[in-house]
Amino acid sequence: MNMPDAGKLIFGRLTLEAIPYHEPILVATFAGVLVIGAVLLGLITKHKLWGYLWNEWFTSIDHKKIGIMYMVFGVVMLLRGFADALMMRAQQAVAFNGNPGFLPPHHYDQIFTAHGVIMIFFVAMPLVTGLMNYIMPLQIGARDVAFPFLNNFSFWMTVAGGILVMVSLFIGEFAKTGWLAYPPLSGLEASPDVGVDYYIWSLQVAGVGTTLSGINLIATIVKMRAPGMSMMKMPIFTWTALCTNVLIVAAFPVLTAVLVLLSLDRYVGTNFFTNGMGGNPMMYVNLIWIWGHPEVYILILPVFGVFSEVVSTFSRKRLFGYASMVYATVVITVLSYLVWLHHFFTMGSGASVNSFFGITTMIISIPTGAKMFNWLFTMYRGRIQFEVPMLWTMGFMFTFVIGGMTGVMLAIPPADFLLHNSLFLVAHFHNVIIGGVIFGLFAGINYWFPKAFGYKLDPFWGKCSFWFWLVGFWLAFMPLYVLGFMGVTRRMNHFEDPSLQIWFQIAAFGAVLIALGIGAFLIQLWVSYKRREELRDVTGDPWHGRTLEWSTSSPPPAYNFAFTPIIHEADAWWDMKERNQTRRLEGYLPIHMPKNTSAGIYLAAFAFVVGFAMIWHMFLIAGLAFLGLLVTAIGHTFNYKRDFNIPADEVARTEAARTEELAAHV
Amino acid sequence: MSDINAMPSTAVANNQDVEFWMKEDHHPANGTLLGFWIYLMSDCLIFACLFATYGVLGRSYAGGPTGAELFDLSLVAVNTSLLLLSSITYGLAVLEMQKNRRGTMMAWLVVTGLFGLGFLGIEMYEFAELIHRGAGPQRSAFLSSFFTLVGTHGLHVTFGIVWLITLLFQVGRFGLTPANKRRILCLSMFWHFLDVVWVGVFTFVYLMGVLP
Repeated sequence: MNMPDAGKLIFGRLTLEAIPYHEPILVATFAGVLVIGAVLLGLITKHKLWGYLWNEWFTSIDHKKIGIMYMVFGVVMLLRGFADALMMRAQQAVAFNGNPGFLPPHHYDQIFTAHGVIMIFFVAMPLVTGLMNYIMPLQIGARDVAFPFLNNFSFWMTVAGGILVMVSLFIGEFAKTGWLAYPPLSGLEASPDVGVDYYIWSLQVAGVGTTLSGINLIATIVKMRAPGMSMMKMPIFTWTALCTNVLIVAAFPVLTAVLVLLSLDRYVGTNFFTNGMGGNPMMYVNLIWIWGHPEVYILILPVFGVFSEVVSTFSRKRLFGYASMVYATVVITVLSYLVWLHHFFTMGSGASVNSFFGITTMIISIPTGAKMFNWLFTMYRGRIQFEVPMLWTMGFMFTFVIGGMTGVMLAIPPADFLLHNSLFLVAHFHNVIIGGVIFGLFAGINYWFPKAFGYKLDPFWGKCSFWFWLVGFWLAFMPLYVLGFMGVTRRMNHFEDPSLQIWFQIAAFGAVLIALGIGAFLIQLWVSYKRREELRDVTGDPWHGRTLEWSTSSPPPAYNFAFTPIIHEADAWWDMKERNQTRRLEGYLPIHMPKNTSAGIYLAAFAFVVGFAMIWHMFLIAGLAFLGLLVTAIGHTFNYKRDFNIPADEVARTEAARTEELAAHV
Repeated sequence: MSDINAMPSTAVANNQDVEFWMKEDHHPANGTLLGFWIYLMSDCLIFACLFATYGVLGRSYAGGPTGAELFDLSLVAVNTSLLLLSSITYGLAVLEMQKNRRGTMMAWLVVTGLFGLGFLGIEMYEFAELIHRGAGPQRSAFLSSFFTLVGTHGLHVTFGIVWLITLLFQVGRFGLTPANKRRILCLSMFWHFLDVVWVGVFTFVYLMGVLP
């Protein structure tokens, strides 16, 4: 074998040409990443934190730590995804009157694709999963999830997928196809380079993690609730978590399957979605939206749960219409599978098919509207406290309703024919995702942060963040509705009509305000950390909460509850407080807990190598890495001793320390 | 509007006899079998997508060969019997497991694995034969979807066999512990699930494929 052959065998199609050193924006970004990365790694080394991080966090199977790691990962990726958004807004604000702007089309196309992929898969999904991971087991009185090791593995698979997307910035390129990579554009003929392969493999790797985490959390909710907690006594957030995870398990396999088919078209030369040889590109569009529509409910349902918890806590009332809230959630879960075709009414399925999907889409607004009224009636005659989580919730109610109504407009097929693929659509889904998911996540972060860290977040910077986001959102996206009505289509790199420019400039200004909102959030984290002694909460129940997570200390001990609670009411902790129930302080037992393991991180590392090697056609390395994955997985099954006991006297010591703290702060 | 009491009130009597904390250890039921069921259903959806794809593309021959020209039903019949028999032998293994007879259980598992290998051998022969005749997965959308659906099933059987060998080793070394029994039951569900999928493949792809 001569040298070029050997090189090709090892490196596939990866050459030095793949590194975009001729693109100044990317070189500067890379330099920035290098500097920040070096500083971070240096600091960790200097403070000798590697062992701590590895033992206490990376290999941890504690659902609370995994939840926090998901949140950190989501926030970091938010910065990347938002940098993309700012670049697009800046480009569109200046690219008029023959000015090409600063982003050439092939770069701009990658940016809008990466923005969508990152924001959905690596920002919203990890943040939502992180919240569910942290809060749900506490709400049901459990000590961990059903499969703790799987939880750690799922997290690292998500991270591995995220790293693949980030690597595409500096080695090769990302897809230029839009966030769903429709063929034939994403097929081999139109996109022969590595961009689509990065897209496929990052989603496949992360998708495995998401599916497994869905299975895990369903099993946890079904099997591990504390005694007495019947389904209709579960906290609403847990209900929405259940429905979301059912959706994950029922939707993500479809994504996996359709991406496998696309990869076969690209790697093997099959003809699923090609234009010739009997292929059918619309098949892809149908399948990917059968995943894609439930996906948006996967994101929104948990934050509906967050809003429900926040509204009842800060209105000092039981949630209005608990049962109707549960039914509405379940109905949305089911209906989310019956609407996918509204994403492509213009496909030409005919009037009857379009009518069916238009009507099912409109029906979804009924349970959603019911939820909205439930929140309003919870607030009605409540003692509302305008804490930061409540502000986010009210901002959501105000904003989301507009997004919902434009959604109903888009559900009318004749209207959709005019608005399809226009900026009206872009404004609509940002309206519901920012106004719904993002606002809900910030509400949840502000609400549960004291539970996770033992001190509240600083309210001043929290309010700054909220107002910048709210005003920024309206300024950034209302102009897009206007432009959409004028017929401006999405994904344009530059425009000819100068009369449109003012709207894009307003939108860019809105994006800057949102940037300030994100900045204020980061400052809020920093300031709160600095002021943590003033903001400290020793009670474990800073908001006078209603659900079980507030009954334990903040942060909760590794075992969550020294004694498993017995549930009598839907708002279990409120019920305990009402009946002057105090903590049990004697008779501690040893607590059975799972042991940390590093298998998950190794498996995910192998999966990353498989993905990267497949992207660059390094089939030898891909095969070896897959073998490594298999051997590690089998090896892990030989580990039968996965548990240990926290001795009773250690539990007693921890609980005694808490008793002292509580007594000192009465 | 009866629930507007702002703070915990004394409205509810202080019932001392109501317990709020468990005195003994709480052991939630093991979730492995449920979790595995849910996984199987998610896998089932992957097959559902592949069946749907076959349903849409299964007659898109692109001027190439049709199922009626390609499928050798007698070969597929042998193959189907092998797989169905392997399900029966796995069932026998589980019966032996419940009687704690490790030796016979392992023997039945070995028989199951051999049937599975036989099934895979015939399938690979069939694939090689098709590709040799110029009817590979690139030839038409029909063949793309055929190879992917049947191949994905075959890949599952392959993983099942790898798992089976691992389990034989673990049972041989660690005995019929509760953990190992649970694993045998999980693989049992997996194996029967693949059988059920194959019944769908056999009917939907092969039997209906030879219809004119």
